[in-house]
Amino acid sequence: MRAFNYTRADSPAAASQAAQVEGAKFIAGGTNLLDLMKLDIETPAHLIDVNHLGLDQIEATPEGGLRIGALVRNTDLAADARVRKDYALLSRALLAGASGQLRNMATTAGNLLQRTRCPYFYDTHQACNKRNPGSGCSAIGGVTRQLAVIGVSDACIATHPSDMAIAMRALDAQIETVRPDGSTRSIPMADLHQLPGNTPHIETSLMPGEFITAVTLPAPVGGTHIYHKVRDRSSYAFALVSVGLILQEDGTGRVAVGGIAPKPWRVEAAEALLPKGAKAVSERLLEGATPTDDNHFKLTLVERTLASVLAQARETA
Amino acid sequence: MTISRRNFLILGAVTATAFAMPPFISLKAYAASLEQPAMSKITLQVNGKPRELEVDTRTTLLDALRENLHLTGTKKGCDHGQCGACTVIADGRRINSCLTLAVMHDGSEVTTIEGLGMPDKLHPMQAAFIKHDGYQCGYCTPGQICSAVAVLKEIRDGIPSHVSPSLTEPPQLIAAELQERMSGNICRCGAYSNIIEAITEVAEVPA
Ligand SMILES: Cc1cc2nc3c(=O)[nH]c(=O)nc-3n(C[C@H](O)[C@H](O)[C@H](O)COP(=O)(O)OP(=O)(O)OC[C@H]3O[C@@H](n4cnc5c(N)ncnc54)[C@H](O)[C@@H]3O)c2cc1C
Ligand code: SF4
Ligand code: FES
Ligand code: FES
Repeated sequence: MRAFNYTRADSPAAASQAAQVEGAKFIAGGTNLLDLMKLDIETPAHLIDVNHLGLDQIEATPEGGLRIGALVRNTDLAADARVRKDYALLSRALLAGASGQLRNMATTAGNLLQRTRCPYFYDTHQACNKRNPGSGCSAIGGVTRQLAVIGVSDACIATHPSDMAIAMRALDAQIETVRPDGSTRSIPMADLHQLPGNTPHIETSLMPGEFITAVTLPAPVGGTHIYHKVRDRSSYAFALVSVGLILQEDGTGRVAVGGIAPKPWRVEAAEALLPKGAKAVSERLLEGATPTDDNHFKLTLVERTLASVLAQARETA
Repeated sequence: MTISRRNFLILGAVTATAFAMPPFISLKAYAASLEQPAMSKITLQVNGKPRELEVDTRTTLLDALRENLHLTGTKKGCDHGQCGACTVIADGRRINSCLTLAVMHDGSEVTTIEGLGMPDKLHPMQAAFIKHDGYQCGYCTPGQICSAVAVLKEIRDGIPSHVSPSLTEPPQLIAAELQERMSGNICRCGAYSNIIEAITEVAEVPA
């Protein structure tokens, strides 16, 4: 690991200002950043510890929703009584990710900003446009079983690996931030993650130094919430495909899918077809997909997982 | 001048990086990294005792426990959060000590396997692992035991898991819950079924 300076920030604005320095990074739970630093994939010269800013509270908003502090641990978010009751999809997605130990450290903002699990990104001996822009993509033409089938480009076919982000997308979360000049803004979850295009190293719409203070959820939408994750072992593994569903009694609802794209994949025109069943929804959702021979199975898996989840939702409703 | 093995390794690593720059790391990022290790003084409350130490900021909590404090009960398996051998209890919660920095825990309370119990005074979970043969080589065992102690607390505190059938009712103390919650602790020897038996026995005794 490269040597770095370590400081504890004393306010969100100060953290953002400090992060303008070349080579500076925030550290929250550290479970993704330290992993990557040990491999020399991330090489910050300054670490700004944001764990002591009091951003670990979940509060009700005047609009009837919830404001989740950026440093709320994944365990605490999943276990919050309001989340369990009104945003069950979020609890379920969190509990399907990582392990008990990791969820005790992992934070709301860190989870959203975790980087891809593409095996070539992790291997510094391989060319990778995300890790080293312009060097090429070793995954294309390589082993791609885990990688994305839609939203990809000729430069990168990596997925975003977060389970929690799938629920946040289906729930229309907003990301609250503060920038180095002290100004604040709110970014819709749909716009947080960027598609790779020619710049796979630019993964989000955050500016340099921009600091996430909270994630807000609008008032509860009701319905039956189900998160189903399909993976190679029954626990402690990333998704091959995951489906987050909110189904209303009248048959309408929302669908966001994980494991298939560089960002949580939700297509409003596809979920409008929910009353017609899983086949119609997944065909529209996956329109324009460019799978490889290795990951073509994900197209079928999305449809079947959605069919199973829809059947389960109708049973429990 | 006496050079400890540890200092020698650090010096060795610094010199080596000056010659060999790993492939595909941007020059900018390389230039931005510090030339000298940064040191930091911290205090950890380890197994009930305050311990002051000066660490390189890069030192993980795991390395601080093992290399600086010589508490070698906590094991390093993967060093990447994938096996659970390094599980300790920090400020009341089980965590992977390999994926957190010692400096981030300045002022924290840490309990390791040595703090749970020693051969002359075993923690009930340690005694149950011995009784049920919950290990073979024993390498994953300290992590398994620290995790298991915390798992029982998590269930008592009502924290749900992936296999809890309902999110609104308290989780049950059943094998399926224990298996899911222990999934972050890998055992290469495959002692899983005996581990679950040991935890179940402790769980049945009211805390
Ligand atoms: C073995 C293993 C298995 C896993 N399995 C899963 C899984 O199945 N599903 C899943 O979803 N995840 C999984 N994870 C990933 C895990 O969820 C993430 O590592 C974790 O959520 C990251 O959160 P953190 O707080 O530790 O982030 P950190 O590592 O602290 O930070 C991650 C990034 O976010 C930035 N950052 C942090 N906070 C802020 C902020 N407030 N504002 C701006 N930037 C910020 C940091 O600078 C860094 O770039 C797994 C991880 C491991 C190691
Ligand atoms: S798919 Fe993306 S992350 Fe993976 S090697 Fe190609 S450029 Fe890198
Ligand atoms: S050594 Fe920490 S999880 Fe493997
Ligand atoms: S007892 Fe050998 S790894 Fe678990």
